[in-house]
Amino acid sequence: MGFYLAQLLTGLANASSLFLIACGLSIIFGVTRIVNFAHGSFYMLGAYLSYTLVTHLSALGALGFWGGVLVSALLVGVIGLLVEVLILRRIYRAPELFQLVATFGILLIIEDAALAIWGAQDLLGPRAPGLSKAVRILGEPIPQYDLALIVIGPVVLGLIWLIFHRTRWGVLVRAATQDREMVGALGVNQALLFSSAFFLGSVMAGLGGALQIPREAVNLNMDLSVIGDAFVVVVIGGMGSVTGAFIAAVLISVLNAFAVLVFPQISLVLPFIVMALVLVVRPYGLLGKPGSEKGAPADPEAPLRPLNPAGRLAMGAVVVILALVPLVSADFTMILLVDVLIAVLFAASLHFIMGTGGMISFGHAAYFGVGAYAAALVVKWLGLSMVPAMIVAPVASGLAALVFGWFCVRLSGVYLGMLTLAAAQIVWGVTFQWQDVTGGDDGIIGVWPAKWASSETAYFYLALVLCAGGVWLLRRAAHAPFGYMLRGIRDSEIRAEAIGVDTRFHQWMAFTFAGTLAGLAGVVSAFAKGSVFPDVLNISSSIDALIMVLLGGIHTLLGPLLGASVFVLIESWVTRLEYWRFIFGLIILGVVLIAPDGLAGALSRLLAFLKARIRPGTDTKKEALHGQRS
Amino acid sequence: MMKRRTLLTSMAALGAVGALPARLLAQGATIKIGDINSYTALPAFTEPYKKGWTLAMEDINAKGGVLGKQLEVISRDDTGDPSTAIRIAEELVSKDGVAMLFGTYLSNIGLAVSDFAKQKEVFFLASEPLTDAIIWSSGNKYTYRLRPATYTQSSMLAEQAAKLDVTKWATVAPNYAYGKDAVAAFKTALKKLKPEVEFVEEQWPPVFKIDAGATVRALEAAKPEAIYNVTFGADLAKFVREGSLRGLFDDRSVVSLLTGEPEYLDPLGDECPDGWIVTGYPGTDIKTPEHEAFAKAYIDRWGEDPKTGSVVGYNSLLAAATAMEKAGSTDTDAMLAAMDELHVKAPTGEFYFRAADHQSTMGAWVGKTALVDGKPKMIDWSYEDGADFLPSEEEAAKLRPAS
Amino acid sequence: MGNVLEVRSLSKSFGGIRAVRDVSFDLKRGEFLALIGPNGAGKTTCFNMLNGYLRPDTGSVKLLGRELVGIPPRKVWRMGVGRTFQITETFRSMTVLENVQMALISHNRRIFDLFSKATALYRDEALKLLELIGMAAQADRPCAELAYGDLKQLELAIALAHDPDLLLMDEPTAGMAPNERIALMQLTADIVARGHVSVIFTEHDMDVVFAHSHRILVLNRGELIAEGTGDEIRANALVQEVYLGGGSLFHEKETAHA
Ligand SMILES: Nc1ncnc2c1ncn2[C@@H]1O[C@H](COP(=O)(O)OP(=O)(O)OP(=O)(O)O)[C@@H](O)[C@H]1O
Ligand SMILES: [Mg+2]
Repeated sequence: MGFYLAQLLTGLANASSLFLIACGLSIIFGVTRIVNFAHGSFYMLGAYLSYTLVTHLSALGALGFWGGVLVSALLVGVIGLLVEVLILRRIYRAPELFQLVATFGILLIIEDAALAIWGAQDLLGPRAPGLSKAVRILGEPIPQYDLALIVIGPVVLGLIWLIFHRTRWGVLVRAATQDREMVGALGVNQALLFSSAFFLGSVMAGLGGALQIPREAVNLNMDLSVIGDAFVVVVIGGMGSVTGAFIAAVLISVLNAFAVLVFPQISLVLPFIVMALVLVVRPYGLLGKPGSEKGAPADPEAPLRPLNPAGRLAMGAVVVILALVPLVSADFTMILLVDVLIAVLFAASLHFIMGTGGMISFGHAAYFGVGAYAAALVVKWLGLSMVPAMIVAPVASGLAALVFGWFCVRLSGVYLGMLTLAAAQIVWGVTFQWQDVTGGDDGIIGVWPAKWASSETAYFYLALVLCAGGVWLLRRAAHAPFGYMLRGIRDSEIRAEAIGVDTRFHQWMAFTFAGTLAGLAGVVSAFAKGSVFPDVLNISSSIDALIMVLLGGIHTLLGPLLGASVFVLIESWVTRLEYWRFIFGLIILGVVLIAPDGLAGALSRLLAFLKARIRPGTDTKKEALHGQRS
Repeated sequence: MMKRRTLLTSMAALGAVGALPARLLAQGATIKIGDINSYTALPAFTEPYKKGWTLAMEDINAKGGVLGKQLEVISRDDTGDPSTAIRIAEELVSKDGVAMLFGTYLSNIGLAVSDFAKQKEVFFLASEPLTDAIIWSSGNKYTYRLRPATYTQSSMLAEQAAKLDVTKWATVAPNYAYGKDAVAAFKTALKKLKPEVEFVEEQWPPVFKIDAGATVRALEAAKPEAIYNVTFGADLAKFVREGSLRGLFDDRSVVSLLTGEPEYLDPLGDECPDGWIVTGYPGTDIKTPEHEAFAKAYIDRWGEDPKTGSVVGYNSLLAAATAMEKAGSTDTDAMLAAMDELHVKAPTGEFYFRAADHQSTMGAWVGKTALVDGKPKMIDWSYEDGADFLPSEEEAAKLRPAS
Repeated sequence: MGNVLEVRSLSKSFGGIRAVRDVSFDLKRGEFLALIGPNGAGKTTCFNMLNGYLRPDTGSVKLLGRELVGIPPRKVWRMGVGRTFQITETFRSMTVLENVQMALISHNRRIFDLFSKATALYRDEALKLLELIGMAAQADRPCAELAYGDLKQLELAIALAHDPDLLLMDEPTAGMAPNERIALMQLTADIVARGHVSVIFTEHDMDVVFAHSHRILVLNRGELIAEGTGDEIRANALVQEVYLGGGSLFHEKETAHA
């Protein structure tokens, strides 16, 4: 009895920690509709700041500790506020999810800044004065600090509930969460509302981090290790619902506390399994409301136009130049270009469902990875050679997309994105743990191309044919009835249904189609690298693809091609530098601020501008706005 | 073209702290070596490593270099991603024209680069990856490993564990290949030495995401007499805190892999557990003349004590240089031939590379953790030679693929 | 006989609100039927049950003898029922012409075509439909730029694309200028006059209702309270009561019927 109670209390203490960070994320999303990747960084900053403050104030005892914790939470709030005012505020009008790119840049910057300020070594902070021991409850030792956390969580929940229900500000926040379009209509000072929500959310993240120092060593991995779970909790609870976040945090933490007793390996994917189950049953999370998944209202996309002759010429020229590269350049250029080609196809396949289809995916790496693994597995276990493996791989990833897609297309907005993420995490978890078959973390090596394709030049041409072919197929599909109808469904499901379209089925097929082509990119990558590791399936490869699509410009077919090329090339260059994440983050922020319509948008503005310079009389603005050149 | 090239090279070299003097030398007068490691993903372990090989490079170059040429290390960050590591390896080999590759910390990146080395027929000295697949099940002609194997260190601990008067064991290890290998090796070795032991509980927290409270309670519930711990880094700190708070370590022996390494031990500060049996590196407490000279030079150069990574980094470049001298050239086949039975006189004692499985016999220190003057330390330690714990060369050869 | 649609005892409640109660009526081929009633009377709910967007709690809807209840809207459409919406639903990222083409592509079951150029398919047919409703000049404009009235008209073109037997038009003229309204309804009446299509429409503008409809159904709080020709409805005491204060509905009758 005592044993189970103690396990429950342990779970509840974890739940409080998790709740603090998740509720801030939920508030920020609810009001601003920003998927804030930097939230984990704010949490980490809270921990580092409070480490510094609390250590310096240790002479003051309990006052020093709690004072330090509160001050660091507020400091993080101020940093969050600065981020909102200086950066995010400028891009609220950008296409849905674009702000996510900025928060990704901020995450990179904070990571390196923390490294520079606090150093690489983990920092074990002091324990809370007066709460540094364990007490016995029913004979079981329970840390006093855990009990304090168990109290703090619900107290914070109560305070937020009061703010939300007893103040005008809180009512506005709830209104904005419910119906994003209403905020403007209400005539409230939107900027102030957003800034204050961002401040409060960041304070909560900082508080969550600051309160961790008596429990764990402050380290540079804290940001990424917490952000996934935080999102899961927010989604299970229902985006924008603070109470939901609390329930979800308790659910996850308590389940985990007991699951480790029975099946310790499950910890790895437990939150994602729970999230997937909850979403399948309740498409808006436990307490989320329909509408909470929708992003900020955005301008409609311009109609798709076929490439004009000049554009077609340019595209053709790019392919021809690529085909001529091996004649003039060194091996390494080709290797880099193969990486670019892979990224381009991967991003284009994601764009097909996200841009053309309006279906957010945070887990597209699953299909890339399944393609790569399918090839590696048939090479390793069946001894197949490259060509059959290249045929098997897209089929396998298509099948995976068929299975997961069936569940995913039933949801929409960020919930859909999170379910795709859960699917990817589950695939990753299986791959990671099923050592006998997949090699686990040690991966599968020796997946090299067939003899005829093994020279850099030969493989480059193979990759060029497959990737350019894949991109061509995607573009073709986007211009064909299949892609048009997919866009139609994105614009209006009701209308699509009213002209005889099975919208779910259509989206499902699109998901599968995109998954198949992601798998093609995966297999090209597997043979280029000679090995496959679970890394290809993890969140960060999904996020990379997402950034490429958004950075390039989600509203044009050219966007993902530009985004992927630029991303890979910049990354390949910038990682040579010290503190490259900081620099990369700055570059991303710069691009985001200069080109809130993505690189493709910026490019077409530039071209229009040049055209107007050369041929005065053309209306620059009109040219730029006139339709998406695909 | 030429101009662009030098620009790129110097940008590459920006990462290599000590490469400046070497770079100023004319192109033909240097031997280029490529280094790949997870500098941003795991700075706590790779920073000391970089400082270690930088010191070695400066020492070697000050003494006239290798084969009459200066060493130039082109160091790159793999960002913690195997496919990036492969691209970098390609670039180092085909564009920068390095004579060999060394480095890597994460097991999967070590394996990826090792397989790349095999495919592209490049000599690769894997400095740090702990996975034993790199020398055995996935071993290849072109790859050698410096750091003592997981198997070796686990066996060293098993030998100590067998001396304890306990039979009921529990294990806790991060849930991935390294953790699994470490537990398997320990179990096998301990069972061999002491057949009556039983393992009553296994915990597999996700790496860097341990739910320490729940894990500690699950271990406690199994009432083991001793615990074998493989968690490290942030997980270790959490585990130690929760464990000591909840009395998990009271009256229990704990045997813990790598915990004596300063990278892991130092952050524990005054909460360093007392009397855990660990493998590690006692740093400046090692009083051999070679090591004292090394430690002094290191402290003079960097203003801090050397860590395990420092030793590994130093020994890596030293081994590479020694191999080149022995080979008399930087030709890959010549270097590979030189590597077999290559004896390296390192600050930490002499070791050699076994011809059968390409593993170095560099050892580790086994001792106990303790707080000395408020600082965590290894005490009662002794140096264990890797050669004594590795499987025999005949056995090891059988573990490798036939080709 | 000529009944296109037979509706029997249709009811629907939302929680406590009984939005539609026991509604029954028939529709003949070539008939132009108006469904009127004050705001919240249940007109849209009724429409949504006729073509499958809502499942009725009870009742049946038969199209040319075939039961429609339980069939999803897309299949109802394939059985020959077109629909326009009170709040327009169009593909905003496409041009006017493309919107019509999409309906034609779907009608010809080519939506899974991966290779043809969508914009080149059924162009002429689509243009003809646009000409029919007088929007040919706007064919290449992005839908997102259109005025609300134009969108309403476009919806009609889309709904006509598969040559339906029955057209359900929910407030087809809302948001239009008066002269546009008359033109649109005249156009619809002309189409009906050819005798193939039957139309049910809801409308708040009584001029429009009385000018064109063959027959009128009056819905109030979910219940059908009257049915008949324009004159019968005008004379109906119950209807007058319901529209009390909305006197404007009745006094311009003479001109409207001209
Ligand atoms: N999905 C729904 N959930 C709950 N109540 C609904 C729903 N749809 C309609 N209602 C209610 O049913 C009643 C009938 O609504 P309906 O939209 O059918 O009226 P209407 O006659 O079309 O009105 P209007 O002239 O304003 O368009 C109203 O009271 C409305 O509030
Ligand atoms: Mg209505």
